[in-house]
Amino acid sequence: MSNPKLRSQVINLYKTLLYLGKEYPKGYTYFRDRCKTAFMKNKDKTDEEEIKMLIARGKFVEKELEALYMLRKYRTLKKRYYE
Amino acid sequence: MSGFRILVGCKRVIDYAVKVRVKPDKTGVVTEGVKHSMNPFDEIAVEEAVRMKEKKLASEIIAVSCGPQQCQETLRTALAMGVDRAIHVITEPKEYESMQPIHVSKILSKIATEEKADLVIVGKQAIDDDCNQTGQMTASLLDWPQATFASKIEKSNGDLSVMREIDGGLETIKVKVPAVLTSDLRLNEPRYATLPNIMKAKKKPLVTKKPSDYGVDITPRQEIVSVEDPPVRQAGQKVESVEELVTKLKEAGLV
Repeated sequence: MSNPKLRSQVINLYKTLLYLGKEYPKGYTYFRDRCKTAFMKNKDKTDEEEIKMLIARGKFVEKELEALYMLRKYRTLKKRYYE
Repeated sequence: MSGFRILVGCKRVIDYAVKVRVKPDKTGVVTEGVKHSMNPFDEIAVEEAVRMKEKKLASEIIAVSCGPQQCQETLRTALAMGVDRAIHVITEPKEYESMQPIHVSKILSKIATEEKADLVIVGKQAIDDDCNQTGQMTASLLDWPQATFASKIEKSNGDLSVMREIDGGLETIKVKVPAVLTSDLRLNEPRYATLPNIMKAKKKPLVTKKPSDYGVDITPRQEIVSVEDPPVRQAGQKVESVEELVTKLKEAGLV
């Protein structure tokens, strides 16, 4: 990867995903391994447009994870206190 | 509206996803090496305060947590969600074990007076002791109106109109500020404290105080006699035929 701006974006994305992964229901190791594989799979990509698209996909995963955690918490509490 | 201050309480509790284990000596539950996080109902309270600030209904939000050193992490989460500053009332872990809602509400009411808060929002209950008392006690100590189990809060010319969850329905009441509110589950969906925001939150002010700074005596009023697991559900049995089922039911005296 040549563009330093994109590079830092990718690193930030990776860090954020790892941070989110700490709460992953199947465990941190499970998440970290898969996250790493996903990043390594695209390590040789050079086309800037393509990298941008992949970053956007990563951001989407970020949002999905946040939504997943919120829903999981909400459902647990609802089950515990309202049923 | 300028100068409208909101005080929110954040308790550090064992994470909701953790399987709680009782200590073998029955004095409490195992807390060492167990994941902790902010009480989910307090998260909802923080979120509501932040939303009020975003709607320019409030000017400053102050988060308070009472407990051991690690409570600062909980306060950082609150700061990352959008709280302006935090007050940590530090207690020894030993003292904290015997701390009751009465002590916390005394501290909260003292802080509310000292910081000239216009609104106190706390979670309706904590998921560890399930007391559901702190908000009510704080309101009574301050002699402020209270709106508990809020599922919707609206501001209308100085007053707050609060929809409350009650048995079998909803109730809308009007309260004058200053007031104490406690948040119910359906009030809002708390935002996630993102990594960059947690980093930024480290720069936000956090002051540490002692219960004695507020003149609150935290000697225990209660003694924990015993903490036990709930009874385990007994395993069922399979029956081959209807006759067998009927005999078994008759044996048990159920039919």
